[in-house]
Amino acid sequence: MNEYARFLWRCFRISFVGDWRYYAWMTVLTVISLLGLNAYCKQLVNGLMTTGMTDQVSWGMYIANFTFLVGMAAAAVMLVIPVYIYRNKELHDLVIFGELLAVAVIVMCLLFVTVDLGRPQNFSHLMRRFNFPISMLTWDVIVLNGYLLLNCHITGYLIFCDYMKREPRKMLFVVPFVLVAIVWAVSIHTVTAFLYVGLGGRPFWNSAIIAPRFLASAFSAGPAFIVLTLQVINRFSHYKIPRQALLTLRQIILVALTINVFLLVSELFTEFYTGSEHIASTRYLYFGLAGGYNTLVPWIWTALCMSSIALIILYLPLARSLRFFNIACLLIIFGIWIEKGAGLIIPAFIPTPLGEVVEYWPTWNETLICLGIWAFGLLLYTIFVRITIPVLAGKLTYDTDYVYKPDGPSAPASLESTAPTP
Amino acid sequence: MDHTDCSSQHDQRHVGTSSGTPTPYRAGLTRRSFLRRSTAAVGGMAALVAALSPLKDLDVEDMFSVERFLQKHYKELSPEELEKVLERIRAQVERDYKFRPELKDIKATEGVQFVYGLNLSRCIGCRRCVHACVKENNQSRSPEIQYIRVLEIPRGTIDIEHSNHYYDRKEVPDPDSFYMPVQCHQCKKPPCVKVCPIEATWQEADGITVIDYDWCIGCRYCEAACPYWARRFNFAKPTYAQDDEGNYLLNHTMTYLSNRPRQQGVMEKCHFCLQRTRVGRLPACLEVCPVGARKFGDVTDPESEVSQILRSKRIFVLKKEVGTEPRFFYYFDERHPQTKTSAPTVTIEGLEPGGRTGGGH
Ligand code: SF4
Ligand code: SF4
Repeated sequence: MNEYARFLWRCFRISFVGDWRYYAWMTVLTVISLLGLNAYCKQLVNGLMTTGMTDQVSWGMYIANFTFLVGMAAAAVMLVIPVYIYRNKELHDLVIFGELLAVAVIVMCLLFVTVDLGRPQNFSHLMRRFNFPISMLTWDVIVLNGYLLLNCHITGYLIFCDYMKREPRKMLFVVPFVLVAIVWAVSIHTVTAFLYVGLGGRPFWNSAIIAPRFLASAFSAGPAFIVLTLQVINRFSHYKIPRQALLTLRQIILVALTINVFLLVSELFTEFYTGSEHIASTRYLYFGLAGGYNTLVPWIWTALCMSSIALIILYLPLARSLRFFNIACLLIIFGIWIEKGAGLIIPAFIPTPLGEVVEYWPTWNETLICLGIWAFGLLLYTIFVRITIPVLAGKLTYDTDYVYKPDGPSAPASLESTAPTP
Repeated sequence: MDHTDCSSQHDQRHVGTSSGTPTPYRAGLTRRSFLRRSTAAVGGMAALVAALSPLKDLDVEDMFSVERFLQKHYKELSPEELEKVLERIRAQVERDYKFRPELKDIKATEGVQFVYGLNLSRCIGCRRCVHACVKENNQSRSPEIQYIRVLEIPRGTIDIEHSNHYYDRKEVPDPDSFYMPVQCHQCKKPPCVKVCPIEATWQEADGITVIDYDWCIGCRYCEAACPYWARRFNFAKPTYAQDDEGNYLLNHTMTYLSNRPRQQGVMEKCHFCLQRTRVGRLPACLEVCPVGARKFGDVTDPESEVSQILRSKRIFVLKKEVGTEPRFFYYFDERHPQTKTSAPTVTIEGLEPGGRTGGGH
């Protein structure tokens, strides 16, 4: 226990140490986080009036980001499958990076839900009267928090064992949890999709294809994000990422993205060919509605173009070049962020069940809160990675007097571009 | 967000030892590094305080009240506890709006099933119901909240997608349109109740779906779930009209589950005026309707007007396909077809059409 406290203290200390790039990156993130906090304080005082949301479009960028991030979190454990199911030893340490990402992303998810609440001060009511199992939202609360705990346990345990130079008792404390985490990852997705799918009054969501599409898109965006992260780690630390890892991930992305595009085409065909009832929302999203209501149209087409280009790149031999592969990953992340965020949440409210068309656009304050949460999430992840690398490299252990030598990750230009830029 | 001083360079000692050789010196703080560290720490704290500064305008009583924090869910309150809660709310209304309300809690009568019928042949779209409701139920004027939406639909279709919500005429009805008021349908199978994560909204014995405004966390899931767009959210603290002397123009007769003033960040909606209907009166929207298009009553009583209408008229419910089984139905009146000649014309004075509700720019 004593050792553990000391471990935490050293982790805390080390997170303040790095080279100038590390400081620059952390300072930028901190400043944006604080701006977000400031914006949230304003929202707390003045109510959700400070957002672009209305009774007509009652969920906006907060829930959109939340939805996207749930996908990212689940996909993070995708790295785990090759390691534990196919016993690919090379990727072993990468599991930790994937799961740390899951932890940071789930924290962001929880923050996004919290800032969306009108009365966060009533939060304790969730513990006192829980409409389980009727409300899908209660399921979501359970699976998200469960997933957070699982990943905290797995990563915390592995890192601490490395720190103590102990052989982790894998069969007891790791493998069962990892297997649960894999299933759990699928469940956080499915439950989040059901959150929307279960609403009969919103035909845009009320379709069985949403959940599988959700999985497919997440399993392309999540690994794409990890690919970029791993390269950042590779570049700015002494830790070397095996090439095998990137190849495996490319395979996963390729399959997932292909399925996603296929499902999208089937969905569009069903909607537009039959001209079914929920056509209005879909039409709004892709073509706009009469009267100049077409805010989302350029966004969704950008997203579609990005996904298509990425898919083409991945199928060409071009993708063997790291540079093109990275471009594809960036396109996927941004494309899916639009598609699974704004593209999935907002059109469901337009038109309203009574046929009224009111558009939504986030306010500046709302955007700042979103940026703040993204910055905070990246801040957390950077700190996690900063701590993990020397431990994995065997430099920071209980018996070494690890010098806080700057070798941490640093300002990666590629990470920044995943922040929402509405 | 406690990593505020990551720029504070806490462990200044080894940064900049560019030789790359580990030179752990554990010597005490040098004066310079101490100064640097404290400057950074102070700077970090200052930034944090600045970020938090909007909180100075926080309504502390609304945000952190021990009494409210400990308050139980409505259904768990004993009669004494309920009385205490009511007293707290009375005091709060007195504090905020300078009058002492007649606040009660009126329970549902077992065996009663309220039902509302709306005669589409008669409704002339004057929106008096909308405004009577706002007055009776103390809805916020800014941001504007209205429970009833009157749709103007061109004759020859009943497609609400083609309805006009913001018609603004000197005279109603428009001969080429008919009018369809929509409010909470008090569904028998309410999707809004199903989705609420904390049971802040539920269906009462008499069929009215209510909201405990003290329990709601404002997640707006119910608003997304309602197929009739009946729910309204308080995107800001409600504001009310005042007369010249500054008195608030509020209805002083209130109940816990219906028309007491709401707080910022909670959901609300039509509750069939339960402060009236549970004591034998009629809903405010019904009383004010100039053409008698609205009928309300207990469907378990075969002699009630609604029962008779259900037996004898052509009726329909909105969006039958979503399976919510509304207790609000529409009907046509064959003997009084609302035609160009037979419908009375009403001039709208001082009644503005409903606005876009909620937050915004
Ligand atoms: S109309 Fe909407 S708010 Fe009213 S009971 Fe039905 S689902 Fe709930
Ligand atoms: S907004 Fe309130 S009543 Fe509606 S689902 Fe959320 S907690 Fe329940």
